[in-house]
Amino acid sequence: MATDDPLNAFITRCHIPPSGEGRLSGLTIAVKDNISTRGVQTTCGSQILKGYVPPYDAFAVERLKAEGATIIGKTNMDEFGMGNTTENSAYGPALNPVDPTRVPGGSSGGSGAAVGAGMIPLALGTDTGGSIRCPAAFCGIVGLKPTYGRVSRYGLIAYANSLEQIGPMARTVGEVSLLMSVISAYDPRDSTAQSRPFDHTPSSDVGGCRIGVVEEFFGEGVDHRVASTVFSAIERLEELGAEIVSCSMPSMRYALAAYYTTCMSEASSNLARYDGIRYGLASDDRKQWHHAFQEERQQGFGKEVRRRIMLGTFALSTGYYGKYYVKAQMARANVRADFARLFSDVDLLAGPTMPTTAFHLGEKSDPLSSYLADILTVPANLAGVPAISVPCGTVERLPVGLQLMGRHFEDERVVDAAFAFERVVS
Amino acid sequence: MRDEPAGTVIIGLEIHTQLNTASKLFCGCSTDYRTDGPNTHVCPICMGLPGSLPRMNRRAVEFALRVAKALHCEVLEEAEFARKNYFYPDLPKGFQITMYDRPLGVQGYLDIEGDDGEKRIRITRIHLEEDPGRLVHKGGGDRPKYSLVDYNRSGIPLLEIVTEPDLRSPREARRLINTLRSTLEYLRVFDGDKEGSLRVDANISITGYSRVEIKNISSFKGVEKALTFEITRQRNLIRRGQTIERETRHFLETRGITTSARGKEVEHDYRYFPEPDLRPLRVKDWVEDIDLPELPAARRERFVAEYGISINHARTLTGEFKLADFYEQVAHIGPVLAATWVADILLGELNYRDMSIGSVPVPPFIDLLTLVMERSITDKGAVEVLRVMLDQAAHHEMVDSPSTIVGRLNLGRTSGDEFIPLAREVIDSYQPAVEDYRRGKKGALNFLIGQVMKKVGGKADPRELGKIIESLIAESSPGA
Amino acid sequence: MIERKDVEHIAELADIGITGEEIEEFTHQFNAILEYFDILDQVPEGTEGGTVIYNVLREDEITPSLPLHEAIGNAHSCEEEFIRAPRVM
Repeated sequence: MATDDPLNAFITRCHIPPSGEGRLSGLTIAVKDNISTRGVQTTCGSQILKGYVPPYDAFAVERLKAEGATIIGKTNMDEFGMGNTTENSAYGPALNPVDPTRVPGGSSGGSGAAVGAGMIPLALGTDTGGSIRCPAAFCGIVGLKPTYGRVSRYGLIAYANSLEQIGPMARTVGEVSLLMSVISAYDPRDSTAQSRPFDHTPSSDVGGCRIGVVEEFFGEGVDHRVASTVFSAIERLEELGAEIVSCSMPSMRYALAAYYTTCMSEASSNLARYDGIRYGLASDDRKQWHHAFQEERQQGFGKEVRRRIMLGTFALSTGYYGKYYVKAQMARANVRADFARLFSDVDLLAGPTMPTTAFHLGEKSDPLSSYLADILTVPANLAGVPAISVPCGTVERLPVGLQLMGRHFEDERVVDAAFAFERVVS
Repeated sequence: MRDEPAGTVIIGLEIHTQLNTASKLFCGCSTDYRTDGPNTHVCPICMGLPGSLPRMNRRAVEFALRVAKALHCEVLEEAEFARKNYFYPDLPKGFQITMYDRPLGVQGYLDIEGDDGEKRIRITRIHLEEDPGRLVHKGGGDRPKYSLVDYNRSGIPLLEIVTEPDLRSPREARRLINTLRSTLEYLRVFDGDKEGSLRVDANISITGYSRVEIKNISSFKGVEKALTFEITRQRNLIRRGQTIERETRHFLETRGITTSARGKEVEHDYRYFPEPDLRPLRVKDWVEDIDLPELPAARRERFVAEYGISINHARTLTGEFKLADFYEQVAHIGPVLAATWVADILLGELNYRDMSIGSVPVPPFIDLLTLVMERSITDKGAVEVLRVMLDQAAHHEMVDSPSTIVGRLNLGRTSGDEFIPLAREVIDSYQPAVEDYRRGKKGALNFLIGQVMKKVGGKADPRELGKIIESLIAESSPGA
Repeated sequence: MIERKDVEHIAELADIGITGEEIEEFTHQFNAILEYFDILDQVPEGTEGGTVIYNVLREDEITPSLPLHEAIGNAHSCEEEFIRAPRVM
């Protein structure tokens, strides 16, 4: 752990100069280490990619450079994005800036810690099932998971393609909005991206906005102190002129299982390319191919990654594909349908980002209990809708995040509501 | 299939052909890699670098749809790419992007010249997929120490065409491949001259026995050879009362044999699922908008009707679209004469030289046919001129005009009058034959023609000589 | 119910190395996780997904490939311009 990085927020320190001048001129930024940077090691928090130097920039990185930002480091993360603590990093856990005995959340924990500690004003994270919003909530900063298709994934090292997006993290909604406007330009190299630029200046007017409060977001497993902090935040929005209605999302029952089945299945395929031949941890070419490949994966991947590859392999295998993968896609369609139904009545949905405040290091040693902590963030990924986490108070000095979700491509409305809220509490 | 008589050979093919797009299926790397060094036609996408994303090539889809339409396939509302997961060093992503339960076309057919006349071979499905890279095994013959990988081929668009088990002999399999090749070339989607542009897996069984899969047949000629070998092998086993194992075998092109893959091919579980980085395809309207060019069968019928040539000539000429195009450019000189010259003489000379029709210049060939048509040169002389022309073309030299070559080689047909003195000499010398002719023996005339021909060194038209001799004999007729 | 041999089989299918100790641990964990996934059996069928976008295509145009030193620059072992890999036979 470098002395100038007591939170272990960075895997690699660098100095990538801007290529132009623009909206980020004079600003420094950190980039999560699963986003490709030309000429700078990109590890995904994994041993298997140690020393891998991409020969190209991710689209989002091209945008940062073109708009004048200086990239000063690649941030720590759960290996390949698999976790919500950053403890699954091959480079040691990152620590929570508010309480270093606790995790910063994950998987974009390094970005969350670096911004939360004030080391940098801006960072890029990625969010597959809450990986931007969870560390934002735990570190007391703002993080936006954009609408699926709004930010190009070109150069984002895939964990679960159909769920993940690159997004902005910063201390204020205004900075998040600014960074979002930089990275959201259209890029034809991502076939799932759409031409929906985010060109927006936040407005604090939420008058007439209908906000749905989803009862399942305050259900079993949600810390009651977190729940009441978030309730009072929602009341503040009501005072600002928003109309609050309570509503229900029955598909939440299946959401977490659908999410994990989907991301593990996609990951089992995405991570098959790491054979140590073209890049990454060298495989032993004196061995027979399958032996070398098995050994490469055993030595290069951490336990959680191997668990997910194996479960994903199982979920796609003959005899189980119908039971797991196909059913998960049906559940996903249900979640989308639930959102569509709710958004025909309300403009935004609100609830806590995480069911609790930041965990202690080592607290979530059992995989399933760790997965369960994602229950409130995964619905937005399953449906592809935008979701933001904005600080809304503390429980025993630990930050709590308010989560606001909106309709597809209404990231602006989500940002505005968070902006309005931020204005009244600060 | 169950009611086939015992001992019937049953063959189905899986044919992979490279589509001749300019760029690869999912990236912009050039497909023209054959003459360049290893790993020079690669980018983050076809190398499977982390973070790269595939982008679908419109022309590759268009080409595949052309084929689907030409093979009378049913095109479903939607098609979709899927991942086929398996691990191999030449497969840079650890999965192949292919199509699985939603291919581009299903239930088509292709008519071929079968063993008992015209035959319809059903096409099960066609779909698009990416080619893997290429492996070279290094060190110690049968026991390689390691492999070398070249990813230039990785991502070349492949069209997979699967037939029903409707073929009944290796010859029918060859005919199917040839007809398919011809069709794909007519559609301008395939260049069969490129090495490795076609690869075939064959399923073969003899009724009542297990099915064997032969993998890796990588040439047109290899298909018939591999199947013929395999049938002999299976028949021998049956004769000896041994069993035929259900297995996968590899065809060794150089030795012309198949060898067992020795059970290493465990039942694969490819764990297909839809490719999340690509959008699905809606192709029904697209395929309806495609205008197909005239295909080999239609062109063959037209050649017979329009040019009045034989069905055999028409079949030969239309077998390859470039040949048919060539014929149509020279047919105006005289369609029947041109058919004979192109299908019989020119094609034979080209095969002998291992040349393709594309290297034959059209205008000099038209001039040559004109000389033949005007009877200013004999057939034999014209063949000699043609050979000179082809040799020049083969050496990339300017091809001389046929009349220049005629002059240089002194091949011009001497005029009829010059033969009269020679014919008189022959008539005087061979009076018994003249008598025979007068008594009605036709063979005698041929003998006399032959004698004159000897004296002129072949530079005369036998029919014309016949007329001269007949008239001279008539003039000198005792009854005249 | 997942047993040891199932975990071994999955590891083989996934072509991934695993120690005896891990097999034990994973067996236990997989059971808990898969039991949780059983909720998927209750998902009602027939819900339509959102709007899907079709036919996202690029034109058949050649773009520059990587220079050779970048193409093979991350590989640990090369021979001439080839990348070395373990033997497959």
